[in-house]
Amino acid sequence: MDAYLAAITIIALIYMLLSLGLTLQYGLTGLINFGHVGFFAIGAYTSALLSLQGVPLALSIPAAAVTAGLAAWPIGLISLRLRDDYFAIVTLGFSETVRLVITSEKWLTNGVQGIPGIPRLFESISVGIGAQLAVMGVLLVVTLAAIYAMRRIVASPFGRVIEAIRDNEEALQALGKDPARFKIQVLILGSALAGIAGAFYAHYITYIVPDQFIPLVTFYVWMAIIIGGVGRVSGAVVGTGLLMLFLEGSRFLRDIVPGVSEVEMASLRIGVVGLLLVLFTIYRPQGLMGDFTKR
Amino acid sequence: MSLQVSNISKAFGGFQALSGVSLEVPTGALVGLIGPNGAGKSTLFSVISGFMPPDEGSISFDGRSLDGLSPAERARSGLVRTFQVPREFAHLTVRENMMAAAPDQTGESLVGLFFRPGKVREEEQRLAEEVAEVIRFLRLERVADQPAGKLSGGQKKLVELGRALLVKPRLILLDEPFAGVNPVLIGEIMERIRELNGRGIGFLVIEHDLEALTRLAPHLYVMDQGRILTQGAPDAVLADARVREAYLGGAV
Repeated sequence: MDAYLAAITIIALIYMLLSLGLTLQYGLTGLINFGHVGFFAIGAYTSALLSLQGVPLALSIPAAAVTAGLAAWPIGLISLRLRDDYFAIVTLGFSETVRLVITSEKWLTNGVQGIPGIPRLFESISVGIGAQLAVMGVLLVVTLAAIYAMRRIVASPFGRVIEAIRDNEEALQALGKDPARFKIQVLILGSALAGIAGAFYAHYITYIVPDQFIPLVTFYVWMAIIIGGVGRVSGAVVGTGLLMLFLEGSRFLRDIVPGVSEVEMASLRIGVVGLLLVLFTIYRPQGLMGDFTKR
Repeated sequence: MSLQVSNISKAFGGFQALSGVSLEVPTGALVGLIGPNGAGKSTLFSVISGFMPPDEGSISFDGRSLDGLSPAERARSGLVRTFQVPREFAHLTVRENMMAAAPDQTGESLVGLFFRPGKVREEEQRLAEEVAEVIRFLRLERVADQPAGKLSGGQKKLVELGRALLVKPRLILLDEPFAGVNPVLIGEIMERIRELNGRGIGFLVIEHDLEALTRLAPHLYVMDQGRILTQGAPDAVLADARVREAYLGGAV
């Protein structure tokens, strides 16, 4: 049971990094990124492949952040020319393209068979729950660092400008600022966070296949920040925590509710999350951590 | 000559929105631009501020051509516009709205933000004082820490004016500053515009409401159907039969 709790916590922390990245991009800057999972995948494959070539994880994980961040740069350039809704479609297309490339470039990624045997963090600690706790500790430090950086950004002139972009981009241009520079930086930074999350995921699960990187992952992250409250760092943290609690908790629900098969339960789970989203949009659009005075 | 607009034409499909519009705003002047709805005033503003490229014609500001410059570049050169429907940063407070407009802040770069915190703090303090002064000038103290989205139409217009001031402009293009504003606040806004003009800031003001603008601007341009109809002192312009025809639909 302890191992199970540690596992959930690790996955929740990985999702928290994804949520923080999306909070920066959508919550603060208003960029509708529907392709978050693409950067997660790029991070996972980068760090997995490098580590299998013997690169130490202390280098391969930062490399995952850099690769995912670099992949966001051209997407950022595109975003400058597209309206919000088109940008959403392009990013969704991007993440699916990433998945298809991973699936078909077998020489690099082993295609649908995926990459097994990815080195774990703290492989030397092999007994008991020690390794799990160590991974959890590292992830906790990384997540706290990301939260700290985000809070610094929110309280800064940079944060003020990106929120102004979200509220009215043309007005900001009319005041002599160039939204382009800020949007590209935000996309790169948020995607680098997704890349780090992907790297931790790969080294924790130790086996990655293209099917783990479907758009549903992106939308789980969206659900988390909507429930928690978009545009707030605390919202990303609380929303992710609640979503994970629900997704995992509903596994036990099956033991209580009779006559529901595993497959039915999976659909039911998504249905309930959908219902929650609808209810939140109607009754609490600012999310749990949202501030009543705003909006 | 501060702003020089020469022979601007702009068509949308088959509709000629502007045809050969020329106008001038001398340095530090307060010039009005009136005309009935659909005359092309707002289109002209979009072209001057760089949001819309003209089909023909050119624009220069303080002897420098603005052709091909982005809206942001034009604003940085000292030519700042406001919008007909206020475009406040709704979730930022009035204070933050103005602070966001200040140019060249070290803390706007991520490197500056994380590696030069001392300089950022110092600049923020100085900026906060500057903004407090603008807020006092515009009499917005009571709402200074409220989200701008919650303000009344007139207050939003003042926030836009305040933001423009933070850019330290030499000429402000005001798009219908009195539209949807209650009469008491109209008088206030006019007073602020006169004061700023007295400090040397030039204004080009679009207004649909003839009466308000004739009280404010000593020199008027009149537009109708994409052309400049006439220009001159308010009395002379209002006495012009073509102007009355444009406004009253030929019932003179």
